[in-house]
Amino acid sequence: MGETVLRLRDVHKSYGRHEVLRGIDLDVAEGEVVCLLGPSGSGKSTLLRTINHLEPLDRGAVFLRDELIGYRESGGRLVELGDRELARQRARFGMVFQGFNLFPHMTVLENVVEAPLRVRRESPAVARTRAVDLLTSVGLADRADAYPRHLSGGQQQRVAIARALAMSPAVLLFDEPTSALDPELVGEVLDVMRHLAAGGMTMVVVTHEITFARDVADRAVFLDHGTIIEQGPAADVLERPRERRTREFLTHVR
Amino acid sequence: MTTETRPPAAPPRVDTSRRTRAPLHLGWWLAAAVIGLTLLNIGSVVVRSPNLDWSVVWEYFLSTDVLAGLARTVELTAIAMACGIVGGVILAVMRLSPVPVVSWAAKSYVWFFRGTPLLVHILFWYNLAALVPAIAVEIPFGPTLFEVDTNDLITPLLAAVIALGLNEAAYMAEVVRGGLLSVDPGQTEAAKALGMTHRQTLRRVVVPQALRVVIPPTGNQVISMLKASALVSVTSTPELLYSVQVIYNNNFKTIPLLVVASAWYLIVTSVLYVVQHHLERRFSRGTGRG
Ligand SMILES: Nc1ncnc2c1ncn2[C@@H]1O[C@H](COP(=O)(O)OP(=O)(O)OP(=O)(O)O)[C@@H](O)[C@H]1O
Ligand SMILES: [Mg+2]
Repeated sequence: MGETVLRLRDVHKSYGRHEVLRGIDLDVAEGEVVCLLGPSGSGKSTLLRTINHLEPLDRGAVFLRDELIGYRESGGRLVELGDRELARQRARFGMVFQGFNLFPHMTVLENVVEAPLRVRRESPAVARTRAVDLLTSVGLADRADAYPRHLSGGQQQRVAIARALAMSPAVLLFDEPTSALDPELVGEVLDVMRHLAAGGMTMVVVTHEITFARDVADRAVFLDHGTIIEQGPAADVLERPRERRTREFLTHVR
Repeated sequence: MTTETRPPAAPPRVDTSRRTRAPLHLGWWLAAAVIGLTLLNIGSVVVRSPNLDWSVVWEYFLSTDVLAGLARTVELTAIAMACGIVGGVILAVMRLSPVPVVSWAAKSYVWFFRGTPLLVHILFWYNLAALVPAIAVEIPFGPTLFEVDTNDLITPLLAAVIALGLNEAAYMAEVVRGGLLSVDPGQTEAAKALGMTHRQTLRRVVVPQALRVVIPPTGNQVISMLKASALVSVTSTPELLYSVQVIYNNNFKTIPLLVVASAWYLIVTSVLYVVQHHLERRFSRGTGRG
């Protein structure tokens, strides 16, 4: 495992008076796969969304390599970055959503080349070639000209992964990527993710798939009420949890 | 209970490709008869009535005055609609603003214009000089830089455009807002997460999807606007209706000239329907209706 890519320090987030994240510290190393687990409402999605600044923080900081995400220091305080800077930083993270969120008015190929063309201003030929490669790697090269609604959920999620990969992200964030899928389609998406993990992609994955977490993750992190209550090597934590709340959660999910 | 095993149903010994539909209910035949008779009656009145002189209709259908009025109506509709769309987009964006004063202002605007008759607005702008005789640009407590007579600045045509445009903006604001809200917030998130700026997200992701929702009601608004522009005839603006009014006030061929105007309104709305249909097809990409 390489050096630290992603660092979260004392991350706090409230909605109104509801404190959703209460001081999260988390380091993710290059090529590491971290699974975030925890009961519904524990703050997993919120944590993921603070990482690429889809949600601003109330306190604490997120660093990608050594770059502060979402803010710059000015006169002893943090000032939120402007739209352009935020966009530039977000492009360095890939994000895969529970509901896929493919662009319905674009074909599969257009979905994948959109960000490389508009954000990175790649030439169409280069973007296209790479998109076709990525679609091939997720097994969907033959559906390049289809519209998302004509694909199964599993296929849509694989396109969404290809779309995120097209920006060559430093870290890939997954928010319950298989929760909206019919059971028989979960496997094909998890296979793609396994493949990515084996290829050295740095990933933070919110999931309820315990088997996947045990087999693929380097580390499992348990969240409850906005704090990390237990973490460690995935096999250890999932097989022999020390905390009562972790044990309870695991018996519920299984 | 006895369970008998029956032999599987044999296919009927007929040519199964020969079939007729179930007979229609008697009520439909009656309805068709009533409609047919009514149309025949109207037709005979229209064709035979001495007051509906078709030669007069043909005489004026392509006359210069009528065509000029038609052009003015189309122009008025286009300009007022353009103002309405621009105003509507601005109001819709204001309405969704996080700043309460801004969104309140947009809301109040819509409330006011939807709650007062268009005809009143047309008369108001036409008679603006009665409220503000002159319009001036001046430095407060200082010299006047520029001053014009309101009646010179606000011509009847401009008054009509202002009244129709301001009114339309209120309706278009609701149409546009509905379109923007119809786009799943997940779309914006996905676009942002890919590194798109606010502008790119709007242009490439939100607007194309909102348009699909916005186009059908906008088409209806254009058609309403075309017809509402006839209200402007009260201010002697020579649009289509006023043009035929001028003619029939001279020759008293009221009905034939109203037929002329109606025929033109129908022709233009029919063209608009076709345009709307094509736009809808174009923007329904990826929704399975395209
Ligand atoms: N935009 C928001 N406004 C107000 N409250 C929110 C918002 N987003 C999340 N919350 C609240 O924050 C808490 C944590 O939400 P979050 O989505 O992070 O949980 P989660 O662990 O991802 O749960 P789940 O497993 O159900 O997805 C919940 O109580 C939720 O109701
Ligand atoms: Mg969640």
